[in-house]
Amino acid sequence: MAINNPSVFLLMINGQIEGANFPEYDDLYCKYCFVYGHDWAPTSGLEEGISQITSKGRDSPQRMIWNFPLEITFKSTNPLGWPQIVVSVYGPDTFGNDVVRGYGATHIPFTPGQHTRTIPMFVPESTSRLQKFTSWLLGRRPEFTDPKVVAQGEGREVTRVRSQGFVSLSFHIVTKDMKRLGYDTTPSETSHTLSHTAAAGIGPGDQPYST
Amino acid sequence: MASSSDLREKLRKKRRALQQTLQVKDDVDTDTQALVPTDKKQSKERGQTTMEELTAGEEEPGDTLRRNLKAQRQKRKKMLEKASTDDTPDDSVVEPHDETVVEVTAVQQISHDDDKPEKPDIVSSPTHSQRGDLPPRPQAKPAPSSSHSESSTMRQRMRDKLRAARSKAESLLQQEASLEAPASRLQSLRDRDTLTRFDRETEPDLRAGRDDHTSPLNTKVKFRETVRRVRIESISETGLPTAEEAYNFFTFNFDPEPHEEAGKGRKKRRPRTEGENDDEEEEEEAVTEVDREQKGENEERDEDAPLVKDEEEDLFIIDQSAHDFLVVKRAEYMGYQRRLQSENDFLFTPSFLTVPASSKVPENMQPRYLEEEGLYVGERPPISLTNQNILENRVLKQQQGRKWFGDDGRIIALPDPIKESSTRPPLFHMEEDLDPALQTVYRKALKSKHASQYIAGGGGTNGDYQLDVDVSGLIFSHHPLFSREHVLGARLAQLYDQHLSRQHKNITEHLTTKLNGLRNAVRNMLEIHGRQGLTPVMQQRISEYKQEVKNTRRLRDTEQEKDRTLLKSIIKVWKEIKALRDFQRFTNTPYKLYLRREEGVRASDERDHEAEIQAEVDELQGEMEEDYQKKVTEYKRQQEEWKAWRRKRKAKEKKKKKKAQSQDDDDDEDNDDDQSEGDTELGPSKPDPPEEPDMEGVEEQVREKASRIRRKPGEPILMPELTASGPITPNEQCPRGEFARREDVAKRYLFTKVLYNNKEVSRTDNRSLNSDFRVHFGQIFNLKIVNWPESIKLQVFEVLGSSTSLLAEVFVPVPESSVLTGSAPSEELEFSSNLRVMFDHEAVGSDVPFSFEADGSNRQTLLTSGKLSCCVSWAIGEDDVPLAPPTTQSKAMHSGLKQLDAIACIGASSLNDMKKLGEWATESRLDPNDPNNATIMQLLKVASSGEVTAPDYFRLEQLQEEFNFLSEEEIERSRRFRLLRLRNQEVAEFRNYKCVPALEREVTDKVFQEYERRLREGEIVDTKDHLDAHRALVAKYLQKIRESVINRFLIAKHHFLLSDLVQEEEVPSIGILGLNLFKLAEPKRPLKPQRKERKKVTAQNLSDGDIRLLLNIIRAYDIPIRKPQASKPAVASKSVRSFTETFTAGQSSQSAIQGSDWLLNQVQVRPFVEVSFQRTVLQTTTADGPNPCWNEDLQLPFSAPNGDYSTASLQSVKDEVFINIFDEVHYELGGDGEDRGREVHTRLEKHWLGSVKIPFSTIYFQSRIDGTFKVDTPPVLLGYSKERSLASDGGYDAVRSLSEGAFITLFITIEPQLVPGETVREKFDSQEGERLLLASEVFERDAAVSYPNRPCLTTVIDINGKTVFISRYLRPLNPPQELLDAFPNSPQEATELIARYVSLIPSMPDSVSFAGVCDLWSTCDQFLTLLAGDEEEHAVLLCNYFLSMGKKAWLIIGSAIPEGPTAYVLTYEQSRYLIWNPSSGQYYGQYDSFCPLQTVGCLVSADNVWFNVQVYTSPLRMSFDVTKAKLWKPFFSRAFPNPGLSSVQPEELVYQRTDKAVAAELQDRVEKILKEKIMEWRPRHPTRWNRYCTSTLRHFLPKLELSGGRDVADEHRLELQSLLGDYRISGFPLHLPFSEVRPIIEAVYSTGVHNVEASNVEFALAVHVHAYPNNVLSVWVYLASLIRTR
Repeated sequence: MAINNPSVFLLMINGQIEGANFPEYDDLYCKYCFVYGHDWAPTSGLEEGISQITSKGRDSPQRMIWNFPLEITFKSTNPLGWPQIVVSVYGPDTFGNDVVRGYGATHIPFTPGQHTRTIPMFVPESTSRLQKFTSWLLGRRPEFTDPKVVAQGEGREVTRVRSQGFVSLSFHIVTKDMKRLGYDTTPSETSHTLSHTAAAGIGPGDQPYST
Repeated sequence: MASSSDLREKLRKKRRALQQTLQVKDDVDTDTQALVPTDKKQSKERGQTTMEELTAGEEEPGDTLRRNLKAQRQKRKKMLEKASTDDTPDDSVVEPHDETVVEVTAVQQISHDDDKPEKPDIVSSPTHSQRGDLPPRPQAKPAPSSSHSESSTMRQRMRDKLRAARSKAESLLQQEASLEAPASRLQSLRDRDTLTRFDRETEPDLRAGRDDHTSPLNTKVKFRETVRRVRIESISETGLPTAEEAYNFFTFNFDPEPHEEAGKGRKKRRPRTEGENDDEEEEEEAVTEVDREQKGENEERDEDAPLVKDEEEDLFIIDQSAHDFLVVKRAEYMGYQRRLQSENDFLFTPSFLTVPASSKVPENMQPRYLEEEGLYVGERPPISLTNQNILENRVLKQQQGRKWFGDDGRIIALPDPIKESSTRPPLFHMEEDLDPALQTVYRKALKSKHASQYIAGGGGTNGDYQLDVDVSGLIFSHHPLFSREHVLGARLAQLYDQHLSRQHKNITEHLTTKLNGLRNAVRNMLEIHGRQGLTPVMQQRISEYKQEVKNTRRLRDTEQEKDRTLLKSIIKVWKEIKALRDFQRFTNTPYKLYLRREEGVRASDERDHEAEIQAEVDELQGEMEEDYQKKVTEYKRQQEEWKAWRRKRKAKEKKKKKKAQSQDDDDDEDNDDDQSEGDTELGPSKPDPPEEPDMEGVEEQVREKASRIRRKPGEPILMPELTASGPITPNEQCPRGEFARREDVAKRYLFTKVLYNNKEVSRTDNRSLNSDFRVHFGQIFNLKIVNWPESIKLQVFEVLGSSTSLLAEVFVPVPESSVLTGSAPSEELEFSSNLRVMFDHEAVGSDVPFSFEADGSNRQTLLTSGKLSCCVSWAIGEDDVPLAPPTTQSKAMHSGLKQLDAIACIGASSLNDMKKLGEWATESRLDPNDPNNATIMQLLKVASSGEVTAPDYFRLEQLQEEFNFLSEEEIERSRRFRLLRLRNQEVAEFRNYKCVPALEREVTDKVFQEYERRLREGEIVDTKDHLDAHRALVAKYLQKIRESVINRFLIAKHHFLLSDLVQEEEVPSIGILGLNLFKLAEPKRPLKPQRKERKKVTAQNLSDGDIRLLLNIIRAYDIPIRKPQASKPAVASKSVRSFTETFTAGQSSQSAIQGSDWLLNQVQVRPFVEVSFQRTVLQTTTADGPNPCWNEDLQLPFSAPNGDYSTASLQSVKDEVFINIFDEVHYELGGDGEDRGREVHTRLEKHWLGSVKIPFSTIYFQSRIDGTFKVDTPPVLLGYSKERSLASDGGYDAVRSLSEGAFITLFITIEPQLVPGETVREKFDSQEGERLLLASEVFERDAAVSYPNRPCLTTVIDINGKTVFISRYLRPLNPPQELLDAFPNSPQEATELIARYVSLIPSMPDSVSFAGVCDLWSTCDQFLTLLAGDEEEHAVLLCNYFLSMGKKAWLIIGSAIPEGPTAYVLTYEQSRYLIWNPSSGQYYGQYDSFCPLQTVGCLVSADNVWFNVQVYTSPLRMSFDVTKAKLWKPFFSRAFPNPGLSSVQPEELVYQRTDKAVAAELQDRVEKILKEKIMEWRPRHPTRWNRYCTSTLRHFLPKLELSGGRDVADEHRLELQSLLGDYRISGFPLHLPFSEVRPIIEAVYSTGVHNVEASNVEFALAVHVHAYPNNVLSVWVYLASLIRTR
């Protein structure tokens, strides 16, 4: 019964926060958390985590690797509020204070399979030059009150941000019962090709007319 | 030997097992398998595999076989060594030696019986047993001989044989003995094995060839060894295998017997290198071995031929051997040394020692140092010596390693490329100093216009579009190199072309027929209907026809004229050409004109001509006649008019004359005259009669015209015919000028460039210019296109020598996608160039005037021009698919998406304006039946029919319906969608609804039940919870308001500020910075530490347990002390109290007595503080005395409702912190009889003394509460009395000293500090004037800037959410009359009563009800209706009452503890200021230090607002004289007077009388509920009620109410004591305003009376509800516990 008539669908996310590209910074670590709607509930796995500190390698001076695994399964009844992963990166500044280096978020891909995402990261800007200077001096840069802010659109108009670097993630998505509940997320490859053949099919029809 | 026997044993077992398994296999199978071993062996020996013969199934055995072989081989080797050493211990026999022996035997055997070489399988000697597994050799033999013969000469072989024979003889002699033992062993094994079937079969053979079957194998194995060794040697010598070796190596795979050959080859080579010395073979054992091997092999080969024939037999037996391979063996271990050795074979570790120079330079050469020879040698890049050595060693190891070394014996290296100094000079200058030439210039990146316009349609088909550009040729209509004749010729050709095309169209003929048809039609119409019967319609039609005839005739005439002139000019040009040819005596052009003449029949011709003329004349005459008639009628009409006018004028003139005669003309008449005179001047002139039409003239004209434009009758029809067949005068016969011209022409070449989107894609070949100025290219360019075609351009270039000049550019239209190659017609595109070219020869040049006439007149100028014929079309793919982009796209590309109509889909891409097309079609009277027009008509039809008309309306969201998720009804019907929508609307019930079910059916109706009930029952009042219908109503109403406000708030919540999102440190101001700097100098541990401001935490990321409430209970004052039970002080009865008496120290006597009591009995109080919050209870230690000092920290956990820590939720927390002071009382209980004296049982009781309630919201908003609070003590505390201060100044001063009750000093805060919620930042609309609002804004801002800590309020928000000026709230309002009547003689009493009345209205902080919104001010009538409100409402009401009582009263906006920002009332009476706390009804003198009011911000009266600009804010230290502008800043001043604001308050308050019965009922119910609750709270103990006490108490309560809660304790106690002498009684009355039952229960609970656990406790509970007007109820609860002392 349960198999025939599922009432929830499952979204399983395996993946990792592969690494980051922060040209000017080093010794960074990142936190992640998931933001999801009312109808979503994590069934297993970690909802948030904090990675190790990574330093730049000698051979690839721009790239920092975390390879921080993500593994979580959600269940949901409604694609509204599809989970988003929020990644925030922190690291020491010149004075050794731990400051935020970037916030970023992306939706979990909804098609099953492997995906890689590169999230551009940004940090809130100080409201004034003086603020900027003092925050630099004191090592207390402006931060979002809650990193989850970056996953929502509301109220963002009051902030000014600066972009800094990228974080790349890879996901392996498995879904269950999505289609059964009427959510077809597989790419419409087939329909695409169909339309092509249809378009091509017009050609021969024209042919006798023109010759 | 032991090991060998073991091995034998093992082998035997193995073999048996194998044989058993094999018995089931059929022979065929094994036959094929038999092939495997041979191959395997060979391949293994070469380290390669040839498995071609193997089927997949046989692969496995092959593999295992190979493995086995390897293992066995090694074992065997060991065995051999062992055996040899054992057998001949003295003999230093080495391996090769042993092998020789074997080999010899092999040779022998082969010579003995060749037929059975397969026997080795069954051989079981220690040396041979392993070999037995090996596949037989002979099989493989035959093949090599053939291949072998290629590489080896016969002579060589012979020599080998000789050598082999020699060594054979030697070894035979030496090793005969050593062979004995193996042979015998072999024998025994043999015997045993005969049991198996296979063995039986082969037995005879085996027996016979027992000795020899090992030999070939043995030789082979040995051979391998030797080969290896040989190879190592050769490698060590040459370093690399030779080409031959390599060749062999690789060919072995495919050769059945390659190793033999290889061995031979190697052997052959070796002797050669060693100098062909035969005798040297003994020098190296390996060599000899090889030789011997070779010899043996040769012999073997000799035997091969017969062996091959016996293949079947061989295979059969090999089978057996295959089974033997399947042996389970121990893992092989290779000794360390051996491994090292073998590794050494593969690995090479370059030494890091310096390589001797000799090995690096070619032999016999000395290193040559170029440097020393004076040549320049660059500096080599630095490299460490060790690395260099390693590299050199490594390089040398390679075969041609020396080539890496230079003449000097060092590795060749380029000089160090790194330069010491940078090549680019550093730029030290600033930018402005920079050389302008070096300045970087910013150039904006140019984006190709068409680059991004890719043809859409999927990545797959990109590049499948192909345009075919066919450039077929070029014809010049004028070229600079034209001679005059050419000019004429071109003209002639042009005219002829025109002629042809005209003839083709034959418009004249067409028009003529049409004319005739029209004429016939008119004639028919006239004839049929006759003149008379013409209907107006007919007439209309006839006239139309006539008009048509006229037009057609005119057209025909012009066409005819054109025809004729064309013909004439052709002939004229031709004549000119002929003349020119004659003149110049040569011919340049091949044109020749023939005029064909057609003789017509003269008679009919004339007749036609005449008829035509006649018809025309008739028509013209008719027209003229008609015209004339019209004119005549017109003339007549005008004539009439003129005559009438004339008459009138005459009459006027007459009149005028008369008037002129009479002298008394007045001005008016003069005016009239003037007017009339004016009229005469303006009047119509006399019309001329129209002329009679000249009918004869008409005919003349017609004839004249006919002769001009038509051929004359009888004249032959001339048909010009132009051919280009005429001869051209050859060059030699031309004059020099012409010759030069022709030469010039020949030098010219032309080519065409094809430009696609302004990029050259290809060009044609150069083609020479012909003498006829035609160029034929005939080239087709296939353009695979990716970008959308924007333009296709052809450029014609002329090449003269090396210079190229652009002649012309031709734009070719981009073809429609239906234009396909093959079907597209070639187009002729005209071009011209305004290039000026002049020549000094015959050519006319371009843009140069020239003349045909000899005298140079009639000059003309011609420009280069011509026609390019080309064709652009879309290609057709292989399968007839047009490689054209879809039409729709081209549409989109051209005109964007604006044309999304049906017509575009049809494909009529360029016909966008259907309306115009339609108009044109009707105007031009398109013949609908003409097939030429069929498409247009079709299109028009389609366009005008309804379905495809472009909509004439504009749809805002087109396709909206198509994209609708569901229809509106369906969404409405679906429960799930409803749920989702409600949640989205943040409806309270669903705001945080989790997991909306995925399916419709899973959403039950239950979900909505509550919500629907709420909606439905909105109006229905539920009295169950509220005990009072009115309260329930009010509660409902309040709920509604709350909801609307909350909705407003929810909207506002979605507005964010930066601080909501971003945490940012405050910029330290200069002052703070300075302070911080100053702080650096401060001592690290100051003597007076200061409290540091804590960091604020936003509420949202908190969870349960994160928030704690910190209470620091410091000390208390004036705690009531116990009274000794026995003492019965005589207290003066104070039944009558006066107002003044209250303020006097009326109880001094009592205190005196008390003091004595205290001294006497030493009865103290042992108070402790218990704090309860959210049902968590903590208590301090017990202190002693009425002024205890605890100084203790208590931490209470806080949990938000539903775990929701959002600001909004925290703001609406209604929980209160109860701080109760108890007295801890020890009672010694007498022990049981015997224990008495020895044991003391003590019972602890706690007696409630008083409490302080602080709402959480207050703490939340204030973030900390610090101060001394009045403890809410009951008016009567049984068993306790108060210690009083003795000060008594009389009058109002007494208030301070008399301030009853205890005080407690507290500090409360929340840890961590929470950011209090912001008020709504919504701008409320207002009905106030703009100016007032602006002024109030300015006023408040100024106040906030200059005195940030002083609350200033000028505008408030009323309950409808509108901004109202604050003074509008103040207006004298009548208090309830009965209250005034209560004390008619004592205004002071009445004042107090009214204050009490106001305080009895329940207080409900706005911050709780309207979470986080703001203060909403309700008017007094609203307040009285709601019976709930904030301090402001209380204050406003009280103030209004005072005003109506004629007092001077103001509203104080300030802050107090614990309320925070609040409103108090200030009255001025008896020249003193009194401050009233409206919520408690208390009043304080201005100088009362216990006044809770701490800050005074502003005063509000009915007509003005004053802001406190004094130094101090405390009422103690300030002046309330608002007339002093220095101290109070008025809002309305002379500059901005009060505009006369009307009040928002009602005229008058109407009070309902409260029903006493309702109050009584309520009283009963409350009592019942409370009793139940107390019993409920004591689940483990029986609760006994003392009825007697209860009734006494009940009796007493109304007195308390009447006395206003004032101290009647002593009186009362006396009364009680007399009644209840036997009981120890502790109890107190509680007084509460009534709003709901719940607060009453809470209050009762917090006193903890129910906690008395003595077994003999009894309780007494009495409730009294006193009703004041308008349902204001005062509730008294008297609660007592009684313990029987005896």
